[in-house]
Amino acid sequence: MQEHDLAFVRAEMVIAQAPPRGETGLVHWLRKNLFATPLDTVLTILALLFIAWSVPPLIEWAFINAQWTGTDRSACATVAQGGNQPNGWTGACWAFVNAKFEQFMVGRYPIGERWRVYLTGFLFAALLIPLLIPRAPYKALNAILFFGVFPIVAFLLLVGGFFGLSYVPTTRWGGLLVTLVLSFVGIAISLPAGIVLALGRRSNMPVVKMLCVIFIETIRGVPLVTVLFMASVMLPLFLPPGTTFDKFLRALIGVAMFASAYMAEVVRGGLQAIPKGQYEGADSLGLSYWQKMGLIVLPQALKLVIPGIVNTFIGLFKDTSLVYIIGMFDLLGIVRQNFSDANWASAQTPMSGLLFAGFVFWMFCFGMSRYSMFMERRLNTGHRS
Amino acid sequence: MAFFIGRRAGKGRRAAGIDGTFAAGRSREAKKCGEMGPAQRKGFSMSYKFLTGVLGAAALAFTASAASAATLDDVKEKGYVQCGVSTGLAGFSAPNDAGDWEGFDVDLCRAIAAAVFGDPEAARFTPTNATERFTALQSGEIDVLTRNTTWTLSRDTKLGFNFAGVNYYDGQGFMINGKNLPDVNSALQLSGAAVCVQTGTTTELNLADYFRANNMEYNPVVFQALEEVNAAYDSGRCDVYTTDQSGLYAIRLTLTNPDDHVVLPEIISKEPLGPAVRQGDDQWLDVVKWTLYAMIQAEELGITSANVEEMMNSDNPEIKRILGQEGESTLAADLGLENEWVVNIIKGVGNYGEVFERNIGQDSPLKISRGLNQLWTKGGIQYAMPIR
Repeated sequence: MQEHDLAFVRAEMVIAQAPPRGETGLVHWLRKNLFATPLDTVLTILALLFIAWSVPPLIEWAFINAQWTGTDRSACATVAQGGNQPNGWTGACWAFVNAKFEQFMVGRYPIGERWRVYLTGFLFAALLIPLLIPRAPYKALNAILFFGVFPIVAFLLLVGGFFGLSYVPTTRWGGLLVTLVLSFVGIAISLPAGIVLALGRRSNMPVVKMLCVIFIETIRGVPLVTVLFMASVMLPLFLPPGTTFDKFLRALIGVAMFASAYMAEVVRGGLQAIPKGQYEGADSLGLSYWQKMGLIVLPQALKLVIPGIVNTFIGLFKDTSLVYIIGMFDLLGIVRQNFSDANWASAQTPMSGLLFAGFVFWMFCFGMSRYSMFMERRLNTGHRS
Repeated sequence: MAFFIGRRAGKGRRAAGIDGTFAAGRSREAKKCGEMGPAQRKGFSMSYKFLTGVLGAAALAFTASAASAATLDDVKEKGYVQCGVSTGLAGFSAPNDAGDWEGFDVDLCRAIAAAVFGDPEAARFTPTNATERFTALQSGEIDVLTRNTTWTLSRDTKLGFNFAGVNYYDGQGFMINGKNLPDVNSALQLSGAAVCVQTGTTTELNLADYFRANNMEYNPVVFQALEEVNAAYDSGRCDVYTTDQSGLYAIRLTLTNPDDHVVLPEIISKEPLGPAVRQGDDQWLDVVKWTLYAMIQAEELGITSANVEEMMNSDNPEIKRILGQEGESTLAADLGLENEWVVNIIKGVGNYGEVFERNIGQDSPLKISRGLNQLWTKGGIQYAMPIR
């Protein structure tokens, strides 16, 4: 008891001291991260050499030597190739991308009507951005506008044939427009459809369960190319002669069905990860099936599978390029198609076009990926690390 | 009921389709893919060709009734001609900066539109790839296929098409680097050469046949995608590049030093490309056929888009007849067209020679020489049947 008196309790904090010299600054960071072990040192040197070997030529090609303006192939071809550049010149042909830019965005949409596409794009961005920002107000209204009203407005604007807007057949659509329409419809349909299919697959009702299993396994068992091919080549043969049914619509249905099957499996993974106690707890509270799923199970399950869902979205976004198989041209397709324009045929054109397409795809996919990480952090309620 | 009968007939046909597939395979599908988007090219090896044959045969059974419909009346009713074109082949059909289709095949379609409606813009284009094009025509999705398609027996019979003529005589050729091989001026001197070729195409088979038939050795350097073949050839990995001649000219444009490269005169396969229509509709076949002949005939008679107005007052009875200036002629009416149909074609797109030079000839970056496609009077084999 008396020993307490001997105890020393420090009443104030020790004054913070600067870390030892070797433990701070750039040198320390380099030593710790890049040259910690002999293996690290070798790898660092190899990586630096690789960067020094690859990046300067790339920058030189893509920016310094690049040709930014021009009206035809002579801008991007050397004198020997029949152009204006000195012999031996290599550089990106951004003039090609520049000349074809609108086409890459909207395809062969009639020039006088392109404002309709741009207006649709503006509405899309104006509704999507506040929806993605958690702090923005009026979420419910925004969601109704985005998922309910926007598709109708977009359909009226893009297809036309109403209110004095001329009709634009989908065969004239292309480029980023097709990519975005396909992926928006695919995403908007596949998430709810996937959830329903996943619930159906875990249902106790044998018929519902069997139908869902058959649908999912059939679609998952067939490559998307085959689905599109069947839809575009076989389907017309089964329809009565003379009836044609829009190719783009066929592709949309194919892509949406395909994404739904994959989404169903992703969601099912989430449903299975929820402990049985959660289901039983919900039952013991007397919740109905839909209340149980809507209030207890799905919010937890979906949060768990955000990476899987976004993975499917990104895959879907990139899979849209496969519509080339049915003679439709998404961004990549239309870039490649334009390689066949003899007015722009040069050694630099394909690489420049593909790099541009790759960059646009990367922007969208990277954006989706970053946003999903943000959502994961935000929805993390701390059950796991 | 008809549906079920059709289906059974389709199955019966399918058996017949299998051996026909390889006959079809010897022709265009794989070949022309060579100049399309590289992605498209990839898949069209044997399996796709097989599918095409089967599908085509099945389609024939299905659409036997559709084929007898009067396409000309349908076209007139809807107000435009729907043409199938390739998804992108330099000079033949490719979108320009504004996104409008341009090219040799596209202009043939516009000529048909001009003949029917007097307006070359009354044409719409469906880009079709090598597999899709036949079903698109059979199912009635397009009215005419103006898409660098080779006229072969199996397509004429089994697939149920009629070819209306030949608008471009093509064939597989060779290109070499004239600087590296200055003494070579014939393909027969290529023994032992390394040959760049795209895999999975009939080009590869033709190449093997040709070298074996002439007792020559060669090393094939094969690639899947067109860009790879181009890069390999440009960097000197092979001495010779082989694909269709029209394609060789397009590829030459993308090489580092195009002028060093020479296209050799030998053509080792026959690829007559022409417009196709559904079998069983003779009236529409006639319209397409005579549109092509009219373009060739106009060149022969010296009628161009520049002088067509004054030619209408010509005293030459042949010119008067073709331009519809002969009083009681029923030529146009018999075809089901307006009296001045040829005038409209020439005003709309020009004669055969003009269309050729503008899209693939000397006025275009491709600079393909007329060769076999010269008029018969000038050493070629383009010969129009008389319009009288």
